[in-house]
Amino acid sequence: MEKKIRVLIAKPGLDGHDRGAKVVARALRDAGMEVIYTGLHQTAQMIVETAVQEDVDVIGLSLLSGAHMTLFNDVTKLLKEKGMSDVLVLGGGIIPKEDAPTLKKIGVCGIFGPGTPCEDIVEFIKKNVKK
Amino acid sequence: MFEEKELEKIKQKKDEWEKNCYLKLIKENPELKAGFENLSGIQIKNIYTPNDISQLDYIKDMDFPGEYPFLRGVHASMYRGRLWTMRQFSGFGSAEETNKRYKYLLSHGETGLSVAFDYPTLYGYDTDHPLARGEFGKCGVAISSLKDMEILFNGIPVDKITTSMTINGPAAIVWAFYIANAENRGINRNIIGGTIQNDILKEYIAQKSFIFPPAPSMRLIVDTFEFGFKEIPRWNTISISGYHIREAGSTAVQELAFTLGDGLEYVRWAVKRGLKIDDFAPRLSFFFNAHNDFFEEIAKYRAARRIWAKELKKLGAKKQRSLLMRFHTQTAGCSLTAQQPEINISRVTIQALAAILGGTQSLHTNSMDEALALPSEKAVRIALRTQQVIAEESGVTSTADPLGGSYYIEWLTDKMEEETYKYFDQVERLGGVIPAIEKGFFQREIAEASYKYQKEIDENKRVIVGVNKYKMDEPVEISILKMDEKGEERQINRLKKIRKDRDKLKFEKNLNKLRKAAEGQENLMPYILGCVHSYATLGETCNVLREVFGEYKEPAIY
Repeated sequence: MEKKIRVLIAKPGLDGHDRGAKVVARALRDAGMEVIYTGLHQTAQMIVETAVQEDVDVIGLSLLSGAHMTLFNDVTKLLKEKGMSDVLVLGGGIIPKEDAPTLKKIGVCGIFGPGTPCEDIVEFIKKNVKK
Repeated sequence: MFEEKELEKIKQKKDEWEKNCYLKLIKENPELKAGFENLSGIQIKNIYTPNDISQLDYIKDMDFPGEYPFLRGVHASMYRGRLWTMRQFSGFGSAEETNKRYKYLLSHGETGLSVAFDYPTLYGYDTDHPLARGEFGKCGVAISSLKDMEILFNGIPVDKITTSMTINGPAAIVWAFYIANAENRGINRNIIGGTIQNDILKEYIAQKSFIFPPAPSMRLIVDTFEFGFKEIPRWNTISISGYHIREAGSTAVQELAFTLGDGLEYVRWAVKRGLKIDDFAPRLSFFFNAHNDFFEEIAKYRAARRIWAKELKKLGAKKQRSLLMRFHTQTAGCSLTAQQPEINISRVTIQALAAILGGTQSLHTNSMDEALALPSEKAVRIALRTQQVIAEESGVTSTADPLGGSYYIEWLTDKMEEETYKYFDQVERLGGVIPAIEKGFFQREIAEASYKYQKEIDENKRVIVGVNKYKMDEPVEISILKMDEKGEERQINRLKKIRKDRDKLKFEKNLNKLRKAAEGQENLMPYILGCVHSYATLGETCNVLREVFGEYKEPAIY
């Protein structure tokens, strides 16, 4: 049997908007992936620790407060430090288009804004997951 | 309202029409969808007649505006006498920037203020707290001390204008900033008016900016009820909110049921404390969402007023003002699309119209660019102008409850009410609102509804224009608001200066007094005001309460 893709859906920082994160978590689970949802108010350390413990292939970061440039960067930096650059990192939320190139540069490979069909995220993960 | 004989005649005629006309027609020209249901999953019939509302008793169930059960509105003259308050929720960056935005909005005809705070403020942290990292001024204005509040309202007549503040966990403290600022300007506390959201139950359920566990949170809220009644009589000490429940993905029925359920829970806690219901109930206010399904929303507001009036009466309220539900409405942020954002203006117009036909007391219309970023000045102006067009051009303000008596609207209003009572029963079986929260009941119901909604969109069963139909690949051209990059530094320096300059003895004495009071049973508002007046920051004051009350952690359910 093929190994299931393991995904961590995480809510960094203080943002409480968790509707999108929960919907995506469900959709990925329904698409046959193993999904772990961190719940709210996670620091970068907490997210990366969970990622290590759960041995995930993908991290989906969700943020609608506008703090993505700082907090996504904290996570990808820490992942690099831990030698976990092979984990596919995705971002979702209210993310202005101008921020996308910088986010890609720091290692957030896919960015999914409002109105993205869940199917697109599933496809993206299947195509880009590195294991 | 109808004669038995007449109803029978209509029924017969309808059966004939259905058989000879309708069914024949749709055989040749099938209906566009297999079923027609609203966002709450209620099946909508092809036509409504007097038979659908045959039980309706005009005087008992509807009556006149300003009369029990307030189905048709809370004021006798409704918008003929006074328009709703145009109140745009707004706040970003530093107090200086937001102060400028408020003056801009007021100069364009806005009639009330509504403060959006940033995340650190919502959680009771100062800007220089490690958890505030990256969040300064991002989804609201940062207010860490009385000093910031002074700047935020500098040059704004707080004795004349009313201010609504979306703050929950630390509501008592931020309210104290507002009161202290007015007092320092020589304005008597008994004339200032406004609203604090102060609705912690929906934080556990949906919005998630909670700090303390339920019991001490409820105590703080009842403290504000009591203090408000005695000292700040023009203040709405709570805005019981369905907005965030809806934004988290609930249906309209869930929004209605969970919000009213929360409202009744506050009443029970206040009564248990020994407050008289007619002392505090007149200052309870509500806040609802205006989503896409036009008639469903209108029915929701009307049902809300009637249920509230009935339930408060049952709980022993006697004063007319205790029974009437006054509410603010905001158009649905979650309905805005990032794709072809200009068409959000049309969505917002329809949603705003629903709120007004539903009899709202104040309204926020969303800006077209909010699925992309904080709204630009131009986008906010168009949103405000949308309200002005409805108010002054459309003619819908000429009569109260213009849709009252519509067979469909009255049927749907009854239906929403019926569904709400089913949820009330369910929550009661779980042991009440707080046990239901602790069991994750509301959270699960909402997660279920939001997943269903998203699936319907993904599977093209529900059309969202520009997202799954009438798509365009054209790049989005929207100018995005840029914030003052110096704001955070300025704020942190201001905090340092406050901590250095204040009277340390007085500051420490007041914090200690608050701690003692929190450990006991007294009303905390006077102690919080003491702290605030001695320039204790939000974080410092909140920390005292955190140490005494502890913090809430939620189960992660999806």
